[in-house]
Amino acid sequence: MFDFLDGYDLLGAFWVTVKLTVFSALGSLIWGTLLAGMRVSPVPLMRGFATAYVNVVRNIPLTVIIMFASLGLYSTLGIALGSTDIKGINFRLAVLAFVVYTASFVCEAIRSGINTVPVGQAEAARALGLSFTQVLRLIVLPQAFRSVVNPLSNVLIALTKNTTVASAIGVAEASYLMKEMIENEAQLLLISGVFALGFVILTLPTGLILGWVAKKVAVKR
Amino acid sequence: MSSVLYDTQGPRAKRRNILYTVLFVLAAAAVVWWVYDGLAEKHQLDWVKWKPFFAGTQAWETFIWPGFQNTIKAAFFALIIALPLGALFGIGRLSDHRWVRVPGGVVVEFFRAIPVLLLMIIANQAYSEYTDLDPDTRLLYAVVTGLVLYNASVLAEIVRAGILTLPRGQTDAAKAIGMRKGQTMVFVLLPQAVTAMLPAIVSQLVVIVKDTALGGAVLSFPELLASVRPMSANYGSNTIACFTIVALVYLALNFALTSFASWLERRLRRGKKSTGAVVGTGPGGELETIGAPSLNMDDGTAA
Repeated sequence: MFDFLDGYDLLGAFWVTVKLTVFSALGSLIWGTLLAGMRVSPVPLMRGFATAYVNVVRNIPLTVIIMFASLGLYSTLGIALGSTDIKGINFRLAVLAFVVYTASFVCEAIRSGINTVPVGQAEAARALGLSFTQVLRLIVLPQAFRSVVNPLSNVLIALTKNTTVASAIGVAEASYLMKEMIENEAQLLLISGVFALGFVILTLPTGLILGWVAKKVAVKR
Repeated sequence: MSSVLYDTQGPRAKRRNILYTVLFVLAAAAVVWWVYDGLAEKHQLDWVKWKPFFAGTQAWETFIWPGFQNTIKAAFFALIIALPLGALFGIGRLSDHRWVRVPGGVVVEFFRAIPVLLLMIIANQAYSEYTDLDPDTRLLYAVVTGLVLYNASVLAEIVRAGILTLPRGQTDAAKAIGMRKGQTMVFVLLPQAVTAMLPAIVSQLVVIVKDTALGGAVLSFPELLASVRPMSANYGSNTIACFTIVALVYLALNFALTSFASWLERRLRRGKKSTGAVVGTGPGGELETIGAPSLNMDDGTAA
């Protein structure tokens, strides 16, 4: 029944999806945290920049960003991100596009986490004579991180699904393989079922586990 | 200015902020210069490449406007079809009967876990195998089908959240005056929930508009993003200019929708006629319900 899978590297395709997700998640976590830092900083110019970045990037389709990475950055400007073969170049361009896009959502998630900490907490800490770093390290961030788990896990799940967009620039991940398979094999239902199941397997446990963690660490107010 | 992170600044902090501002400006200027230099070197800033968009309307009429119309068309149909479906499943998940609630929940969770792109590709293939639609209609159908399946399940969650935000007293009062379950839903809960849901629905429209671009990139549905290729081929490979203009069009459209959504939300929060319950869109694009159990939403961040 499953002989339609012969000759196709199903696990390999999903492995590319996982790699795309992991690299993009790490990148957007770093860039998103930097943006969030700017967004809540006392320097008006940095705040303005981060706000503008988030509002612009969130309103442009990811597909436009990723196509721009391929046609604009690579084909037109010749930016190859230090890779020489076309497979590697497309993969890196895709990761770059995902980082640019997802970082805006990471930034908002972290900012909302910081906003859940009541101002009174920091004021009390300052009244006790704690320094800025102490307030941040001992009072604000521990509470902020705990309320950020849930929004961040939602961003991660969305990122996992969004990696399929990389097929638009020829990265051979799961949806790319699926398109190829349903065009060549007369097994539409089975093939779609297998790939749908693959994504359910990737996203459902992430949501359940991180949802459980979020509940476990939530700050009761 | 004081916040949870920092107090009102004194003279030393102010001096430090000025230093940070200067450093930031320098770094930003360096990046801008690097980008400018890179673009100029590849002749992407030449007037010839930008002229089609600023002198004359031919580029707008031939490429951008038809693409824009297709984007709007797909997004509009997707919303119109997904709304009633979503309402049906959202109410279904709140049913007292297990045999309605559980299948509804399974369907909603299933379609929320699958990428829209996958749904579009599958729909396209299904239409080409089992129907004899002509290719243009088929692509529109495929894009709309993919969008409907995903967004109906997201809207179902919005509807459910909208009904759950209403105070329990509303149901109790309806029961007390002898209304049946259906009557309570139709005459008491839904009308209030609809106003509470409006901002979230408009925000979801932004997600739908953004996702139509998938159809252009992968299925070659002739929407706004797909107009980039013929356009840059026609005007001497002005790829950067084309992408800039197309991105600006998306930005303007979505920014208008986002502003409309937050205006609605503010208005509804202030309003005295409703219960003041609003299903807003959270900062991360996830649903945020006021006065109801929190929900796990993973939408908004879709492509």
